[in-house]
Amino acid sequence: MKKIKEHLPIILMGLLVGAASVLLVALGNPANMGFCIACFLRDIAGALGMHRAEVVQYIRPEVIGLVLGAMIMSMIGKEFKVRGGSSPVTRFILGMFVMVGALMFLGCPLRMIIRLAGGDWNAILGLVGFTAGIFVGTLFLKKGFTLKKSYAQSKLEGLLMPAANVGLLILVIAAPAFLFFSKTGPGSMRAPIAVSLVIGLIVGAMAQRTRLCLAGGIRDVFLLKDFHLLIGFVSIGVAVFIGNLIVGQLGLPGGFHPGFEGQAIAHTDGLWNALGMALVGYASVLLGGCPMRQLILSGSGNSDSTVTVLGMLVGAAFCHNFALASSAAGPTLNGKIAVVIGLVAVTVIGFVNTKKV
Amino acid sequence: MNQIDARGFSCPEPVLMTKKALANGTPLVVLVDNETPLQNIRRFATNMGYRVEWKEIGDDFEVTIL
Repeated sequence: MKKIKEHLPIILMGLLVGAASVLLVALGNPANMGFCIACFLRDIAGALGMHRAEVVQYIRPEVIGLVLGAMIMSMIGKEFKVRGGSSPVTRFILGMFVMVGALMFLGCPLRMIIRLAGGDWNAILGLVGFTAGIFVGTLFLKKGFTLKKSYAQSKLEGLLMPAANVGLLILVIAAPAFLFFSKTGPGSMRAPIAVSLVIGLIVGAMAQRTRLCLAGGIRDVFLLKDFHLLIGFVSIGVAVFIGNLIVGQLGLPGGFHPGFEGQAIAHTDGLWNALGMALVGYASVLLGGCPMRQLILSGSGNSDSTVTVLGMLVGAAFCHNFALASSAAGPTLNGKIAVVIGLVAVTVIGFVNTKKV
Repeated sequence: MNQIDARGFSCPEPVLMTKKALANGTPLVVLVDNETPLQNIRRFATNMGYRVEWKEIGDDFEVTIL
């Protein structure tokens, strides 16, 4: 009984995230995407003109909601403490490579579980790679890998990320002509702004409280034999699966469509699906959390995570400017080269920051 | 007294530092500077069968593992 009580918040959190994902797709977001952090940061980079891939440009209110929800909840819980200065440039680079890996696979760890629960079996290869990447990362952690200490920073340092998101909110509502909003493709598929924002706020607040992290879920099993966060991870999948069956019955967008071929915004190259997610898992473990967790921390005063998110944003721009991102047609040669460079770079970062014990 | 200062380190490092320090026996005092490592250390130590006490000291937390 005590065990169930301890895990109940993370189970409810996972179910909430899963339900929110299905609902957002039913209301207009791209299929099997929910509120994929990698996809949505990529869309924001596009909306701001950092890349010119016309089909993936939009300021996603979900991201704004996640950051602001986390900020509000951390302030209520007196957990809004501004910290930073733990190898910021290294974190920026790791954030960039998280994005390179995610856009090879076409999704962050959250979308991986959403795709899996939507019947996209390509995500199985992604999960295998993700798990392997995390395992290698934990070897460095066991040997004493550290990005060094963070230090107290000014309040303003911690408030800049939420402030930037308020700015983005104004921009998406005002929709001035200088922004780039997709007219076709995934970027044009959107749930209503208010719904997206409110769901983001709720999920952001709850994720701050429960510390849901998809990389952490698998990491803690390897490192500490602790299944707490993994239970949250699995709960997301359960909720998405059930939700998909329900929307399928109702004839709404979404649903469960098992198979490898013809999946929404996905490709069938198993090797590169696995290697892409291996890079995401590997870099995420060294960063201390998956893309969603980084976004939540960036709203809670953690300026190191803000730098990581900025790295992901720039990484997303590179991915589309230099044709690194995959498409339904499959991975690109440039993308494959970038993933290999990423795996090497993360390994170098791992060795250099592992102190001899 | 067995004591470690894990303030400023991001998760999971404080838990790993705790795990390593526990090899030198209890009681172990761990200093952390936010709620996430506090919860993680409490969960880890409780799962390992230890008794955990903690208190807030200014902006930080002092966790005692018995």
